[in-house]
Amino acid sequence: MKLLLLATLNGITLAALYFIVASGFTLIFGMMRVVNLAHGSLYLIGAYLGHDVAALSGSFPLALAGGALGAALVGMAIHYFLLDRYQGDDLRQALITIGLSIIAADLLLARYGGLSYQFELPEMFYGSMPMPIVSGYPIFRIVLIGLAIAVYLGLWLLVQRTRFGIMIRAGVDDRHMLGALGVNVPLISTLVFGLGAALVGFAGVVGSASLSIAPGEDARYLLSSLVVVIVGGMGSLPGAAIGALLIGLAEQIGLAYFPTYSIILSFVIMVAVLAWRPYGLMGRPA
Amino acid sequence: MLSRKLRCLALVAGITAGFSVSVSAQSTNIRIGGLATLDGPFVALGQEAFRAMELAFEEANYTAGGRKIEWIKESSDGRPDVALTKARKLIEQDKVDILIGPMSGGEGLAIKEYAKTAPTRTFVNGFSAAQETTLVSPAPNFFRFGADGAQWQAGLGNYVYDTKGYRNVAVVAGDYSFGYTQVLGFMSEFCAKGGKVIEKIWVPNGTKDFSSAIARIPNKADAVYIMMGGADSINFLTQYDQSGAKQPLILGSNVSDQTVLSAKGPFQRRLVGLPSAHMVADGIEDAVYKDYVAKYKKRFPDGLSSPSAPFYGYYVATKAVLAGLNQVAGDLSGDQAKFRAALSKLRLDMPAGQVSLDENRQAIANIYVTEVARAPDGSLFNKVVKVIPNVNQTLGHPREAFIARGVPSRDNPSCP
Amino acid sequence: MSPWIGRALLASALLVYPHLASDFWIVSVGAYAMVLGIIALSLTFLTAYGGMISMAQMATAGAAGYALAIFSAHSASAGMALLPWPWAVGVAIAVGTLTGILIGIVAVRSHGIYMLMSTLAVAMIMFYLAQQNTTILHGFDGFSGVAVPRLGGVSLRGPLPFYYLCLAAAALLYALVIYLVRVPFGLVIQGIRDDPLRMASLGYRVWLHQVMAFAVAGFIAAVGGVLSLWYHGGISPGSIGITATVNVLIVAVIGGLGHPRGAFIGALVFVLIQNFAVDLVGSDRYNTLIGFVFLVIVIASPDGLTGLWRRLRGTRKDSLDGGVVTQKL
Repeated sequence: MKLLLLATLNGITLAALYFIVASGFTLIFGMMRVVNLAHGSLYLIGAYLGHDVAALSGSFPLALAGGALGAALVGMAIHYFLLDRYQGDDLRQALITIGLSIIAADLLLARYGGLSYQFELPEMFYGSMPMPIVSGYPIFRIVLIGLAIAVYLGLWLLVQRTRFGIMIRAGVDDRHMLGALGVNVPLISTLVFGLGAALVGFAGVVGSASLSIAPGEDARYLLSSLVVVIVGGMGSLPGAAIGALLIGLAEQIGLAYFPTYSIILSFVIMVAVLAWRPYGLMGRPA
Repeated sequence: MLSRKLRCLALVAGITAGFSVSVSAQSTNIRIGGLATLDGPFVALGQEAFRAMELAFEEANYTAGGRKIEWIKESSDGRPDVALTKARKLIEQDKVDILIGPMSGGEGLAIKEYAKTAPTRTFVNGFSAAQETTLVSPAPNFFRFGADGAQWQAGLGNYVYDTKGYRNVAVVAGDYSFGYTQVLGFMSEFCAKGGKVIEKIWVPNGTKDFSSAIARIPNKADAVYIMMGGADSINFLTQYDQSGAKQPLILGSNVSDQTVLSAKGPFQRRLVGLPSAHMVADGIEDAVYKDYVAKYKKRFPDGLSSPSAPFYGYYVATKAVLAGLNQVAGDLSGDQAKFRAALSKLRLDMPAGQVSLDENRQAIANIYVTEVARAPDGSLFNKVVKVIPNVNQTLGHPREAFIARGVPSRDNPSCP
Repeated sequence: MSPWIGRALLASALLVYPHLASDFWIVSVGAYAMVLGIIALSLTFLTAYGGMISMAQMATAGAAGYALAIFSAHSASAGMALLPWPWAVGVAIAVGTLTGILIGIVAVRSHGIYMLMSTLAVAMIMFYLAQQNTTILHGFDGFSGVAVPRLGGVSLRGPLPFYYLCLAAAALLYALVIYLVRVPFGLVIQGIRDDPLRMASLGYRVWLHQVMAFAVAGFIAAVGGVLSLWYHGGISPGSIGITATVNVLIVAVIGGLGHPRGAFIGALVFVLIQNFAVDLVGSDRYNTLIGFVFLVIVIASPDGLTGLWRRLRGTRKDSLDGGVVTQKL
């Protein structure tokens, strides 16, 4: 009973992290139909930059801001210089981002070496808090849930309730019409890409504060983001949340009860979902 | 059209000829290949490996047995396929006489098999520590001057049973052969004493979040033995610390390595006092060892706070090659037969004690039981609490009996 | 000028090559490029004529490789083979083809970038399955020391026999692809690529033909998997992991997804970079070079090197070409 409760709690908190990481991916795809396979690299860039900022300033909030800002700038540069001109050419954009991720991984390795880095979390977030039945639970994992909800609400408000959001949604429906109305569409696109990149940079700092930063994390988080958004439906915010919950719970309950094949479970869910609903649980054809 | 194709062919032929000429110009230098991982999950270890070879060569002034040494580096990413591709390139294209490497267990098994197909060259293992590499059907030209993963844990089982008083231990370890091997090394002593390993939790490679594995640790365990690679062990330690779990830990060799101890993070405070065992320990109180650490720090100011185990592995391997070459005065004729005979008989005095080889060309060496301690400058190191001298590959058991116990696996050995 | 002269020249160059080069250039460059090229060919076949993209071709090749390893003598089998090698090879190719069909059944439910990702998921399932199953697939370490068959006292793994074996396999499979796309089956596949709705309304079963294309791709990849196992003398989960999977895509894209010859050109370039980038850049940053070459090719020419070549010469597409595939997907 205690194990099931703990595994469920772990699954939900892992889902929170997965959602934060995947939200930027699904935002970029949903708004721009760009499959950004350099997503994991942006995660790593955010994490490393955040770590640098934390090392210089000693402040975790500044690290979060630094990681998000750094990743956003890199993301906007990628979009402006490399991706925007191939709007609508899905596969080519995906291939370009694969090339970028190979280069980024190698350059980050050259800059930061192969050692793992960790954040010094603020004292109030570190350690465990008392809980019924399971006796204690890591505070930071509870914080993750709060952060995930904040990201969800923030994105929802931005897209549904602001002028910027209206322009984004208009751009999804008819890019040329929006341009004809005098809106600077390339600028909007670059900003959306930057926002998605900022989210994943932020996620990089949050993720490596709960685990660690090391080479190879880029591929891990790219894969988990892919699985999450494909299960949920690419481009759908509620979809990403549902996908993250499914995958997070599957991984943790699997690890608790049948560890040997637990690692396969999330991919099996993904194939099953795709076979049943090819565009994910909440997705619709592009 | 035709002429263009011809030109193309001529160009290709030219390139090919150029490469084959540059190599066939046999030099009198001895060519030594270094194979380590500058890519993939073991990057930090690979960087240490090449530092080690560099230091050893510099100490010998890039000469051995009166001949100059040419050093050719290749990088793998920890996959056996890639290690093999790179080893082939070193042997067949770069024509190295001696190959030092590789880094990890699976790669070691592949290189050993490859060594059998290149009988005129000599292979000296770098840091790979799979037991089968030298225990089962060894290659006559493959030498390992480092202990294997099971040897590394010698003394640890007795120590935690006798000194720490642990009777029931849970195991959380990486679900791959190196994990099985280390657990076997630990359990063969601990179980013989009468200790019980009440639960083994094998965590698949690629798992990021260990929290539900931690949740499975039974309350009645006195201590938890953990063994994971590099970044994974840092994730585990952090989560274990955050979960509020109280049981003390016993560290597998990788977990107490400098590549983990040097990583900054709040999990560090949890490490002090934890026992481990390895073929080298940065707390060895010995003039020779201290001199070795001083040389490392002087030569690699941007390196770790003290040399890591993979550094030691590649350093000993390179030193062994140099010593062997010196003994035969650089004579590699007769398909290196003399050189190999010299290697087999070497007794090397290394910073962490004397190393010699058994009949399978596998090291017999000292193992150090340690506890993590904090140095005056705040860094963590492994304080030696016990030295187990001359540990052999069968951990003191007769060879046949040891092999009959079977290869280490998820369920072997078992003492619940 | 007849194109046959060029082809005859190329054929004779490939035949004569091993008598001019060193063992390393014969096997580690020449033969290996063909092995990799065969696996990439299975992908190029799907993209160029089927308009489909699969990230599971390395996994398919791996399935065949694993099947062959299980039935061959290897370092953990005490020199015993479970089946005589011709049978084992037959089983391996059957397993690879069947894997191709099963992947196809899942993959053709979606298309374009979704297909890329669903096949990637299948590839990851196979990777983790290989890593976690210790009883049959030997877990993390996989198989090593796999015996390569001997024919009339000659080891097939010797430099010359292995080179010619790979050359023969590559040539036959290339010819198979060229043949297939000219017979009705291939024409239907290309019709589906261009307009699936029209083909469906003409009465063709789109789904079935696409799965059959995956079966053909599975067969091609399986042959590549068998040769790859013999080349490496073993197989492990890393052989079908994410890096290996992406490498197949890189090879196919560098060469050009629009024509089967791209697979082999891409493989040759890739193998050369892999082996000699270290000498070229003189440091440990060879991955940057691979990524950069890949990026430049993707940006400069969506049809890879074959497309670039054609564009520089200013010739029109030849009738076999899939054209600018990336926009079709």
